[in-house]
Amino acid sequence: MAYSEKVLDHYENPRNVGVLEDDLSVGTGMVGAPACGDVMKLQIKVNGDGIIEDAKFKTYGCGSAIASSSLVTEWVKGKSLDEAAEIKNTQIAEELALPPVKIHCSVLAEDAIAAAIDNYRNKNQ
Amino acid sequence: MSDIKLPIYLDYSATTPIDPRVAAKMAECLTIEGNFGNPASRSHSFGWAAEAAVDLARQQVADLINADPREIVWTSGATESDNLAIKGAAHFYRKKGNHIITMKTEHKAVLDTCRQLEREGFEVTYLDPQENGLLDLEVLKAAVTDQTILISVMHVNNEIGVIQDIEAIGEIAREKRIIFHVDAAQSSGKVDIDLEKLKVDMMSFCAHKTYGPKGVGALYVRRKPRVRLEAQMHGGGHERGMRSGTLATHQIVGMGEAFRIAGEEMATENERVRMLRDRLYNGLNNMEEVYVNGDLDHRIAGNLNISFNFVEGESLIMALRDLAVSSGSACTSASLEPSYVLRALGRNDELAHSSIRFTIGRFTSAEEIDYTIDLVRAAVQKLRDLSPLWDMYKDGIDLNSVEWVAH
Repeated sequence: MAYSEKVLDHYENPRNVGVLEDDLSVGTGMVGAPACGDVMKLQIKVNGDGIIEDAKFKTYGCGSAIASSSLVTEWVKGKSLDEAAEIKNTQIAEELALPPVKIHCSVLAEDAIAAAIDNYRNKNQ
Repeated sequence: MSDIKLPIYLDYSATTPIDPRVAAKMAECLTIEGNFGNPASRSHSFGWAAEAAVDLARQQVADLINADPREIVWTSGATESDNLAIKGAAHFYRKKGNHIITMKTEHKAVLDTCRQLEREGFEVTYLDPQENGLLDLEVLKAAVTDQTILISVMHVNNEIGVIQDIEAIGEIAREKRIIFHVDAAQSSGKVDIDLEKLKVDMMSFCAHKTYGPKGVGALYVRRKPRVRLEAQMHGGGHERGMRSGTLATHQIVGMGEAFRIAGEEMATENERVRMLRDRLYNGLNNMEEVYVNGDLDHRIAGNLNISFNFVEGESLIMALRDLAVSSGSACTSASLEPSYVLRALGRNDELAHSSIRFTIGRFTSAEEIDYTIDLVRAAVQKLRDLSPLWDMYKDGIDLNSVEWVAH
Protein backbone atom coordinates (compact mmCIF):
# COMPACT_ATOMS: atom_id res chain seq x y z
CA MET A 1 0.00 0.00 0.00
CA ALA A 2 1.28 3.44 -0.85
CA TYR A 3 1.24 6.00 1.94
CA SER A 4 0.91 9.74 1.45
CA GLU A 5 3.90 11.98 2.13
CA LYS A 6 2.18 13.37 5.21
CA VAL A 7 1.48 9.95 6.71
CA LEU A 8 5.09 8.97 6.14
CA ASP A 9 6.32 12.22 7.70
CA HIS A 10 4.23 11.76 10.85
CA TYR A 11 5.18 8.10 11.03
CA GLU A 12 8.90 8.80 10.65
CA ASN A 13 8.86 11.87 12.94
CA PRO A 14 5.87 11.51 15.22
CA ARG A 15 5.05 14.74 17.11
CA ASN A 16 4.37 14.86 20.83
CA VAL A 17 4.97 11.24 21.72
CA GLY A 18 4.87 10.63 25.42
CA VAL A 19 2.94 10.62 28.65
CA LEU A 20 1.73 13.57 30.74
CA GLU A 21 1.98 13.47 34.52
CA ASP A 22 -1.54 12.76 35.65
CA ASP A 23 -3.23 15.53 37.66
CA LEU A 24 -6.49 17.48 37.56
CA SER A 25 -5.35 19.55 34.58
CA VAL A 26 -4.82 16.44 32.42
CA GLY A 27 -7.50 14.57 30.50
CA THR A 28 -6.73 11.10 29.14
CA GLY A 29 -8.61 9.27 26.42
CA MET A 30 -7.88 5.73 25.33
CA VAL A 31 -9.85 4.26 22.44
CA GLY A 32 -9.69 1.18 20.25
CA ALA A 33 -8.81 -2.40 21.16
CA PRO A 34 -5.74 -4.58 20.66
CA ALA A 35 -7.84 -7.25 18.98
CA CYS A 36 -8.85 -4.72 16.31
CA GLY A 37 -5.23 -3.79 15.68
CA ASP A 38 -5.30 -0.24 17.02
CA VAL A 39 -5.29 1.49 20.40
CA MET A 40 -4.86 5.25 20.72
CA LYS A 41 -4.05 7.05 23.94
CA LEU A 42 -4.35 10.85 23.82
CA GLN A 43 -3.66 13.18 26.71
CA ILE A 44 -4.39 16.90 26.93
CA LYS A 45 -3.19 19.42 29.51
CA VAL A 46 -5.60 22.30 30.05
CA ASN A 47 -4.51 25.63 31.56
CA GLY A 48 -6.47 28.00 33.81
CA ASP A 49 -8.03 29.74 30.80
CA GLY A 50 -9.47 26.48 29.51
CA ILE A 51 -6.97 26.25 26.68
CA ILE A 52 -5.15 23.03 25.75
CA GLU A 53 -1.52 23.95 26.30
CA ASP A 54 0.03 20.53 25.77
CA ALA A 55 -0.91 17.19 24.23
CA LYS A 56 0.82 13.80 24.10
CA PHE A 57 -0.02 10.49 22.49
CA LYS A 58 0.92 6.85 22.30
CA THR A 59 -0.55 4.62 19.62
CA TYR A 60 -0.48 0.94 18.84
CA GLY A 61 -1.62 0.56 15.27
CA CYS A 62 -0.83 0.94 11.60
CA GLY A 63 1.05 3.88 10.12
CA SER A 64 -2.17 5.77 9.42
CA ALA A 65 -3.29 5.39 13.03
CA ILE A 66 0.05 6.69 14.29
CA ALA A 67 -0.06 9.60 11.83
CA SER A 68 -3.67 10.47 12.75
CA SER A 69 -2.88 10.66 16.45
CA SER A 70 0.34 12.57 15.87
CA LEU A 71 -1.55 15.09 13.76
CA VAL A 72 -4.32 15.70 16.32
CA THR A 73 -1.80 16.42 19.07
CA GLU A 74 -0.59 19.30 16.90
CA TRP A 75 -4.10 20.46 16.08
CA VAL A 76 -5.56 20.50 19.59
CA LYS A 77 -2.75 22.57 21.08
CA GLY A 78 -3.81 26.17 21.64
CA LYS A 79 -7.49 25.35 21.20
CA SER A 80 -10.25 25.59 23.79
CA LEU A 81 -12.02 22.34 24.67
CA ASP A 82 -15.03 23.31 22.56
CA GLU A 83 -12.83 24.16 19.59
CA ALA A 84 -10.92 20.88 19.93
CA ALA A 85 -14.18 18.94 20.07
CA GLU A 86 -15.04 20.34 16.65
CA ILE A 87 -12.15 18.59 14.90
CA LYS A 88 -13.79 16.09 12.59
CA ASN A 89 -12.44 12.83 11.27
CA THR A 90 -13.02 14.04 7.72
CA GLN A 91 -10.54 16.90 8.28
CA ILE A 92 -7.94 14.44 9.57
CA ALA A 93 -8.52 12.05 6.67
CA GLU A 94 -8.28 14.91 4.18
CA GLU A 95 -5.11 16.37 5.68
CA LEU A 96 -3.38 12.96 5.64
CA ALA A 97 -4.94 11.83 2.33
CA LEU A 98 -6.05 8.57 3.96
CA PRO A 99 -7.39 5.90 1.60
CA PRO A 100 -10.93 4.57 2.26
CA VAL A 101 -9.70 1.47 4.17
CA LYS A 102 -7.89 3.75 6.61
CA ILE A 103 -10.75 6.14 7.38
CA HIS A 104 -11.36 4.27 10.65
CA CYS A 105 -7.97 5.58 11.87
CA SER A 106 -9.24 9.16 11.59
CA VAL A 107 -12.48 8.19 13.31
CA LEU A 108 -10.44 6.73 16.13
CA ALA A 109 -8.45 9.96 16.44
CA GLU A 110 -11.67 11.99 16.66
CA ASP A 111 -12.94 9.57 19.32
CA ALA A 112 -9.68 9.95 21.23
CA ILE A 113 -10.10 13.75 21.41
CA ALA A 114 -13.66 13.34 22.68
CA ALA A 115 -12.58 10.76 25.26
CA ALA A 116 -9.76 12.99 26.55
CA ILE A 117 -12.09 16.00 26.84
CA ASP A 118 -14.73 13.88 28.62
CA ASN A 119 -12.13 12.62 31.04
CA TYR A 120 -10.91 16.15 31.80
CA ARG A 121 -14.45 17.43 32.33
CA ASN A 122 -15.41 14.52 34.59
CA LYS A 123 -12.37 15.16 36.75
CA ASN A 124 -13.13 18.89 37.01
CA GLN A 125 -16.87 18.91 37.55
CA MET B 1 27.05 -2.89 5.08
CA SER B 2 27.15 -0.40 2.24
CA ASP B 3 27.36 -3.10 -0.43
CA ILE B 4 24.00 -4.60 0.53
CA LYS B 5 21.36 -4.13 -2.11
CA LEU B 6 18.05 -2.89 -0.71
CA PRO B 7 15.34 -3.96 -0.26
CA ILE B 8 16.42 -7.37 1.00
CA TYR B 9 14.24 -10.21 -0.26
CA LEU B 10 13.13 -12.42 2.64
CA ASP B 11 9.88 -13.74 1.20
CA TYR B 12 11.02 -16.99 -0.45
CA SER B 13 7.82 -18.76 0.62
CA ALA B 14 5.81 -16.30 -1.46
CA THR B 15 7.90 -16.99 -4.51
CA THR B 16 11.52 -17.43 -5.54
CA PRO B 17 13.49 -15.85 -8.34
CA ILE B 18 14.20 -18.25 -11.19
CA ASP B 19 17.67 -19.76 -10.92
CA PRO B 20 19.78 -18.45 -13.84
CA ARG B 21 20.49 -22.05 -14.88
CA VAL B 22 16.75 -22.63 -15.13
CA ALA B 23 16.16 -19.44 -17.09
CA ALA B 24 18.84 -20.49 -19.59
CA LYS B 25 17.10 -23.83 -20.25
CA MET B 26 13.72 -22.13 -20.60
CA ALA B 27 15.09 -19.63 -23.10
CA GLU B 28 16.05 -22.51 -25.37
CA CYS B 29 12.38 -23.41 -25.83
CA LEU B 30 10.89 -20.21 -27.19
CA THR B 31 12.02 -18.92 -30.57
CA ILE B 32 12.28 -20.26 -34.12
CA GLU B 33 15.89 -21.23 -33.44
CA GLY B 34 14.83 -23.05 -30.30
CA ASN B 35 12.71 -25.99 -29.20
CA PHE B 36 9.34 -24.28 -29.75
CA GLY B 37 7.28 -27.18 -31.12
CA ASN B 38 4.06 -28.58 -29.73
CA PRO B 39 4.90 -31.72 -27.76
CA ALA B 40 1.65 -33.23 -29.04
CA SER B 41 2.67 -32.90 -32.70
CA ARG B 42 3.41 -36.46 -33.85
CA SER B 43 4.19 -35.78 -37.50
CA HIS B 44 7.47 -33.87 -37.41
CA SER B 45 10.72 -33.38 -35.60
CA PHE B 46 9.65 -30.09 -33.95
CA GLY B 47 7.01 -31.99 -32.00
CA TRP B 48 9.33 -34.90 -31.26
CA ALA B 49 12.03 -32.59 -29.88
CA ALA B 50 9.52 -30.80 -27.66
CA GLU B 51 8.13 -34.11 -26.46
CA ALA B 52 11.65 -35.28 -25.59
CA ALA B 53 12.24 -32.13 -23.55
CA VAL B 54 8.96 -32.63 -21.70
CA ASP B 55 9.82 -36.29 -21.06
CA LEU B 56 13.18 -35.31 -19.60
CA ALA B 57 11.51 -32.76 -17.31
CA ARG B 58 8.95 -35.36 -16.26
CA GLN B 59 11.81 -37.67 -15.32
CA GLN B 60 13.57 -34.87 -13.42
CA VAL B 61 10.47 -34.09 -11.36
CA ALA B 62 9.85 -37.79 -10.72
CA ASP B 63 13.48 -38.26 -9.63
CA LEU B 64 13.26 -35.62 -6.91
CA ILE B 65 10.31 -37.40 -5.29
CA ASN B 66 11.25 -40.99 -6.18
CA ALA B 67 8.21 -41.58 -8.37
CA ASP B 68 7.55 -43.03 -11.82
CA PRO B 69 7.45 -40.35 -14.55
CA ARG B 70 4.09 -41.77 -15.66
CA GLU B 71 2.72 -40.62 -12.31
CA ILE B 72 3.36 -36.94 -13.09
CA VAL B 73 0.54 -34.79 -14.53
CA TRP B 74 1.51 -31.26 -15.60
CA THR B 75 -0.70 -28.44 -14.40
CA SER B 76 -0.55 -24.64 -14.18
CA GLY B 77 0.56 -24.68 -10.54
CA ALA B 78 -0.19 -26.02 -7.09
CA THR B 79 -3.62 -24.37 -6.94
CA GLU B 80 -4.71 -26.26 -10.04
CA SER B 81 -3.10 -29.45 -8.74
CA ASP B 82 -5.02 -29.14 -5.48
CA ASN B 83 -8.28 -28.54 -7.36
CA LEU B 84 -7.69 -31.47 -9.69
CA ALA B 85 -6.73 -33.82 -6.86
CA ILE B 86 -9.50 -32.95 -4.44
CA LYS B 87 -12.40 -32.37 -6.83
CA GLY B 88 -11.19 -35.09 -9.18
CA ALA B 89 -11.02 -37.76 -6.47
CA ALA B 90 -14.17 -36.59 -4.67
CA HIS B 91 -16.18 -36.72 -7.89
CA PHE B 92 -14.76 -40.08 -8.95
CA TYR B 93 -15.25 -41.79 -5.59
CA ARG B 94 -18.48 -40.12 -4.48
CA LYS B 95 -20.38 -43.43 -4.70
CA LYS B 96 -18.04 -44.76 -1.98
CA GLY B 97 -18.73 -41.92 0.44
CA ASN B 98 -19.12 -38.19 0.80
CA HIS B 99 -16.77 -37.28 3.65
CA ILE B 100 -13.48 -35.39 3.33
CA ILE B 101 -10.99 -34.55 6.09
CA THR B 102 -8.57 -31.64 5.96
CA MET B 103 -7.00 -29.07 8.32
CA LYS B 104 -7.86 -25.49 9.23
CA THR B 105 -4.31 -24.41 8.44
CA GLU B 106 -4.34 -25.58 4.82
CA HIS B 107 -3.71 -23.22 1.94
CA LYS B 108 -6.79 -21.51 0.50
CA ALA B 109 -6.42 -23.62 -2.64
CA VAL B 110 -7.40 -26.62 -0.53
CA LEU B 111 -9.86 -24.88 1.81
CA ASP B 112 -11.81 -23.11 -0.91
CA THR B 113 -11.92 -26.28 -3.00
CA CYS B 114 -13.36 -28.13 0.00
CA ARG B 115 -15.92 -25.34 0.51
CA GLN B 116 -17.00 -25.80 -3.09
CA LEU B 117 -17.43 -29.54 -2.52
CA GLU B 118 -19.55 -28.76 0.55
CA ARG B 119 -21.84 -26.75 -1.72
CA GLU B 120 -22.06 -29.84 -3.92
CA GLY B 121 -23.22 -31.93 -0.96
CA PHE B 122 -19.96 -33.33 0.42
CA GLU B 123 -19.24 -33.16 4.13
CA VAL B 124 -15.88 -31.75 5.16
CA THR B 125 -14.18 -31.92 8.56
CA TYR B 126 -11.61 -29.17 9.17
CA LEU B 127 -9.24 -30.36 11.89
CA ASP B 128 -7.59 -28.01 14.37
CA PRO B 129 -3.81 -28.26 14.64
CA GLN B 130 -2.08 -28.46 17.99
CA GLU B 131 -0.60 -25.26 19.38
CA ASN B 132 2.64 -26.00 17.54
CA GLY B 133 0.83 -26.27 14.20
CA LEU B 134 1.15 -30.05 13.91
CA LEU B 135 -1.73 -32.46 13.43
CA ASP B 136 -2.51 -34.78 16.33
CA LEU B 137 -2.85 -38.23 14.73
CA GLU B 138 -5.41 -39.31 17.31
CA VAL B 139 -7.59 -36.37 16.33
CA LEU B 140 -7.31 -37.49 12.72
CA LYS B 141 -8.20 -41.09 13.54
CA ALA B 142 -11.22 -39.95 15.52
CA ALA B 143 -12.49 -37.92 12.57
CA VAL B 144 -12.51 -40.84 10.13
CA THR B 145 -15.96 -42.32 9.37
CA ASP B 146 -17.06 -45.10 7.04
CA GLN B 147 -18.00 -42.35 4.61
CA THR B 148 -14.49 -40.82 4.47
CA ILE B 149 -13.06 -40.99 0.96
CA LEU B 150 -10.29 -38.39 1.07
CA ILE B 151 -7.79 -36.89 3.50
CA SER B 152 -5.90 -33.76 2.40
CA VAL B 153 -3.06 -32.48 4.59
CA MET B 154 -0.29 -30.17 3.48
CA HIS B 155 3.34 -31.24 3.84
CA VAL B 156 4.79 -27.85 4.86
CA ASN B 157 2.70 -24.91 5.97
CA ASN B 158 3.25 -21.76 3.95
CA GLU B 159 3.02 -19.36 6.90
CA ILE B 160 4.77 -21.12 9.75
CA GLY B 161 6.86 -23.68 7.85
CA VAL B 162 5.97 -26.66 10.05
CA ILE B 163 6.34 -30.13 8.53
CA GLN B 164 3.43 -32.53 9.03
CA ASP B 165 4.13 -36.22 9.59
CA ILE B 166 2.77 -37.35 6.23
CA GLU B 167 4.39 -40.77 6.65
CA ALA B 168 2.23 -41.52 9.69
CA ILE B 169 -0.88 -39.93 8.18
CA GLY B 170 -0.35 -42.07 5.07
CA GLU B 171 -0.29 -45.24 7.15
CA ILE B 172 -3.62 -44.31 8.74
CA ALA B 173 -5.19 -43.44 5.41
CA ARG B 174 -3.96 -46.59 3.64
CA GLU B 175 -5.11 -48.86 6.46
CA LYS B 176 -8.59 -47.40 6.17
CA ARG B 177 -8.45 -47.37 2.35
CA ILE B 178 -8.87 -43.62 2.17
CA ILE B 179 -7.23 -41.57 -0.61
CA PHE B 180 -4.50 -39.32 0.79
CA HIS B 181 -3.61 -36.04 -0.92
CA VAL B 182 -0.69 -33.84 0.12
CA ASP B 183 -0.10 -30.23 -0.93
CA ALA B 184 3.69 -30.15 -1.24
CA ALA B 185 4.01 -26.69 -2.80
CA GLN B 186 6.22 -25.52 0.06
CA SER B 187 8.23 -28.69 0.61
CA SER B 188 9.74 -29.72 -2.71
CA GLY B 189 13.46 -29.12 -2.64
CA LYS B 190 13.36 -28.45 1.09
CA VAL B 191 12.28 -31.78 2.59
CA ASP B 192 13.13 -35.27 1.34
CA ILE B 193 10.15 -36.85 -0.41
CA ASP B 194 10.22 -40.55 -1.24
CA LEU B 195 6.95 -41.66 -2.79
CA GLU B 196 8.12 -45.28 -2.90
CA LYS B 197 7.97 -45.22 0.88
CA LEU B 198 5.28 -42.65 1.65
CA LYS B 199 1.71 -43.88 1.38
CA VAL B 200 0.62 -40.74 -0.39
CA ASP B 201 -1.81 -41.12 -3.30
CA MET B 202 -1.67 -37.63 -4.77
CA MET B 203 0.79 -34.80 -4.26
CA SER B 204 0.63 -31.21 -5.54
CA PHE B 205 3.73 -29.32 -6.66
CA CYS B 206 4.62 -26.02 -8.19
CA ALA B 207 7.84 -24.74 -9.72
CA HIS B 208 8.02 -21.16 -8.49
CA LYS B 209 8.76 -21.91 -4.85
CA THR B 210 11.74 -23.97 -5.94
CA TYR B 211 13.54 -21.45 -8.20
CA GLY B 212 11.47 -22.39 -11.25
CA PRO B 213 8.94 -20.33 -13.19
CA LYS B 214 5.45 -19.30 -12.09
CA GLY B 215 2.56 -20.78 -14.03
CA VAL B 216 3.59 -24.44 -13.98
CA GLY B 217 3.09 -27.22 -11.50
CA ALA B 218 2.43 -30.92 -11.32
CA LEU B 219 0.17 -33.42 -9.67
CA TYR B 220 1.57 -36.79 -8.69
CA VAL B 221 -1.09 -39.47 -9.16
CA ARG B 222 -0.16 -42.92 -7.84
CA ARG B 223 -0.32 -45.89 -10.21
CA LYS B 224 0.03 -48.70 -7.64
CA PRO B 225 -2.45 -48.88 -6.02
CA ARG B 226 -4.10 -46.95 -8.79
CA VAL B 227 -5.84 -43.68 -8.05
CA ARG B 228 -8.57 -42.46 -10.41
CA LEU B 229 -9.59 -38.89 -11.00
CA GLU B 230 -12.34 -37.14 -12.84
CA ALA B 231 -10.76 -34.54 -15.13
CA GLN B 232 -11.55 -30.92 -14.36
CA MET B 233 -10.21 -29.56 -17.67
CA HIS B 234 -11.53 -31.17 -20.85
CA GLY B 235 -10.07 -31.00 -24.32
CA GLY B 236 -7.42 -32.84 -26.30
CA GLY B 237 -6.93 -35.61 -23.79
CA HIS B 238 -3.40 -34.60 -22.79
CA GLU B 239 -1.79 -36.06 -19.67
CA ARG B 240 -3.65 -39.37 -20.03
CA GLY B 241 -6.97 -37.55 -20.06
CA MET B 242 -6.47 -36.06 -16.62
CA ARG B 243 -5.54 -32.56 -17.76
CA SER B 244 -6.10 -31.33 -21.29
CA GLY B 245 -4.30 -28.35 -22.75
CA THR B 246 -1.18 -27.88 -24.87
CA LEU B 247 1.89 -28.46 -22.75
CA ALA B 248 3.95 -25.32 -22.11
CA THR B 249 7.35 -26.73 -23.03
CA HIS B 250 9.45 -23.83 -21.72
CA GLN B 251 7.61 -23.81 -18.38
CA ILE B 252 7.82 -27.56 -17.98
CA VAL B 253 11.52 -27.60 -18.93
CA GLY B 254 12.05 -24.90 -16.32
CA MET B 255 10.31 -26.91 -13.63
CA GLY B 256 12.32 -30.01 -14.55
CA GLU B 257 15.63 -28.17 -14.37
CA ALA B 258 14.63 -26.46 -11.11
CA PHE B 259 13.76 -29.81 -9.54
CA ARG B 260 16.99 -31.38 -10.86
CA ILE B 261 19.03 -28.63 -9.21
CA ALA B 262 16.97 -28.98 -6.01
CA GLY B 263 17.74 -32.69 -5.88
CA GLU B 264 21.46 -32.09 -6.29
CA GLU B 265 21.83 -29.14 -3.95
CA MET B 266 19.12 -29.64 -1.34
CA ALA B 267 21.36 -31.09 1.38
CA THR B 268 24.02 -28.37 1.27
CA GLU B 269 21.48 -25.62 0.65
CA ASN B 270 19.36 -26.68 3.63
CA GLU B 271 22.40 -26.59 5.85
CA ARG B 272 23.36 -23.09 4.72
CA VAL B 273 19.80 -21.76 4.93
CA ARG B 274 19.30 -23.26 8.38
CA MET B 275 22.47 -21.56 9.58
CA LEU B 276 21.15 -18.21 8.35
CA ARG B 277 17.73 -18.82 9.88
CA ASP B 278 19.29 -19.71 13.24
CA ARG B 279 21.43 -16.59 13.02
CA LEU B 280 18.28 -14.52 12.50
CA TYR B 281 16.45 -16.35 15.28
CA ASN B 282 19.31 -15.86 17.74
CA GLY B 283 19.53 -12.21 16.80
CA LEU B 284 15.87 -11.57 17.57
CA ASN B 285 14.88 -14.11 20.18
CA ASN B 286 16.66 -12.42 23.07
CA MET B 287 14.31 -9.44 22.84
CA GLU B 288 11.46 -9.23 25.32
CA GLU B 289 8.04 -10.60 24.43
CA VAL B 290 8.81 -12.30 21.13
CA TYR B 291 7.10 -15.55 20.24
CA VAL B 292 7.96 -18.01 17.49
CA ASN B 293 4.81 -19.25 15.77
CA GLY B 294 4.79 -22.98 15.07
CA ASP B 295 7.08 -25.80 16.08
CA LEU B 296 10.75 -24.88 15.71
CA ASP B 297 12.04 -28.46 15.30
CA HIS B 298 9.54 -29.85 12.79
CA ARG B 299 10.07 -26.95 10.46
CA ILE B 300 11.76 -26.21 7.15
CA ALA B 301 15.17 -24.59 7.38
CA GLY B 302 14.25 -21.27 5.78
CA ASN B 303 11.19 -20.19 7.78
CA LEU B 304 11.02 -17.96 10.83
CA ASN B 305 7.55 -16.72 11.78
CA ILE B 306 7.75 -14.56 14.85
CA SER B 307 5.40 -12.25 16.76
CA PHE B 308 6.59 -9.07 18.44
CA ASN B 309 4.06 -8.48 21.17
CA PHE B 310 2.61 -4.95 21.58
CA VAL B 311 3.72 -3.93 18.08
CA GLU B 312 1.21 -3.82 15.25
CA GLY B 313 2.29 -5.71 12.16
CA GLU B 314 1.53 -3.19 9.46
CA SER B 315 3.40 -0.40 11.19
CA LEU B 316 6.28 -2.82 11.63
CA ILE B 317 6.22 -3.69 7.93
CA MET B 318 6.27 0.06 7.26
CA ALA B 319 9.34 0.46 9.44
CA LEU B 320 10.89 -2.47 7.62
CA ARG B 321 10.49 -0.97 4.17
CA ASP B 322 14.00 -2.13 3.33
CA LEU B 323 12.90 -5.74 3.84
CA ALA B 324 10.52 -7.78 1.72
CA VAL B 325 8.66 -9.84 4.34
CA SER B 326 5.07 -10.92 5.03
CA SER B 327 2.86 -10.20 8.02
CA GLY B 328 -0.09 -11.99 9.57
CA SER B 329 -1.51 -8.58 10.36
CA ALA B 330 -5.05 -7.94 9.21
CA CYS B 331 -4.08 -4.67 7.60
CA THR B 332 -1.71 -6.31 5.15
CA SER B 333 -4.22 -8.85 3.90
CA ALA B 334 -7.00 -8.28 1.42
CA SER B 335 -9.56 -9.76 3.81
CA LEU B 336 -8.74 -7.42 6.75
CA GLU B 337 -8.69 -10.52 8.98
CA PRO B 338 -5.58 -11.55 10.89
CA SER B 339 -3.90 -14.75 9.75
CA TYR B 340 -6.31 -17.70 9.97
CA VAL B 341 -3.33 -20.01 10.37
CA LEU B 342 -2.10 -18.25 13.51
CA ARG B 343 -5.66 -18.06 14.83
CA ALA B 344 -5.98 -21.83 14.35
CA LEU B 345 -2.88 -22.32 16.52
CA GLY B 346 -4.77 -20.52 19.27
CA ARG B 347 -2.72 -17.33 18.98
CA ASN B 348 -4.73 -14.32 20.15
CA ASP B 349 -5.52 -11.49 17.77
CA GLU B 350 -2.77 -9.25 19.16
CA LEU B 351 -0.04 -11.79 18.52
CA ALA B 352 -1.48 -12.63 15.11
CA HIS B 353 -1.49 -8.91 14.25
CA SER B 354 2.15 -8.57 15.30
CA SER B 355 3.60 -11.49 13.35
CA ILE B 356 6.24 -11.29 10.66
CA ARG B 357 7.21 -14.16 8.36
CA PHE B 358 10.83 -14.20 7.28
CA THR B 359 11.64 -16.80 4.65
CA ILE B 360 15.24 -17.30 3.63
CA GLY B 361 16.50 -18.89 0.43
CA ARG B 362 19.18 -19.61 -2.11
CA PHE B 363 20.34 -16.02 -2.61
CA THR B 364 20.24 -14.79 1.00
CA SER B 365 23.59 -13.79 2.52
CA ALA B 366 24.83 -13.62 6.10
CA GLU B 367 25.38 -9.86 5.68
CA GLU B 368 21.73 -9.47 4.76
CA ILE B 369 20.67 -11.38 7.87
CA ASP B 370 22.85 -9.20 10.12
CA TYR B 371 21.46 -6.06 8.51
CA THR B 372 17.94 -7.45 9.03
CA ILE B 373 18.53 -8.14 12.72
CA ASP B 374 19.69 -4.56 13.37
CA LEU B 375 16.80 -3.12 11.40
CA VAL B 376 14.13 -5.23 13.11
CA ARG B 377 15.45 -4.60 16.60
CA ALA B 378 15.50 -0.84 16.04
CA ALA B 379 12.01 -0.84 14.48
CA VAL B 380 10.46 -2.91 17.26
CA GLN B 381 12.05 -0.65 19.87
CA LYS B 382 10.79 2.48 18.13
CA LEU B 383 7.24 1.16 17.86
CA ARG B 384 7.19 -0.09 21.43
CA ASP B 385 8.24 3.38 22.57
CA LEU B 386 5.12 4.56 20.74
CA SER B 387 2.85 1.81 22.05
CA PRO B 388 0.45 2.40 24.96
CA LEU B 389 0.16 -1.39 25.27
CA TRP B 390 3.89 -1.69 25.89
CA ASP B 391 3.61 0.92 28.69
CA MET B 392 0.72 -1.00 30.23
CA TYR B 393 2.66 -4.25 30.02
CA LYS B 394 5.65 -2.57 31.67
CA ASP B 395 3.34 -1.28 34.41
CA GLY B 396 2.21 -4.85 35.04
CA ILE B 397 -1.33 -4.37 33.71
CA ASP B 398 -2.99 -7.51 32.35
CA LEU B 399 -4.33 -6.41 28.96
CA ASN B 400 -7.04 -9.07 29.14
CA SER B 401 -8.45 -7.40 32.24
CA VAL B 402 -8.93 -4.07 30.45
CA GLU B 403 -12.34 -3.15 29.10
CA TRP B 404 -11.53 -1.91 25.63
CA VAL B 405 -13.69 0.56 23.79
CA ALA B 406 -13.95 -1.47 20.62
CA HIS B 407 -15.09 0.31 17.51
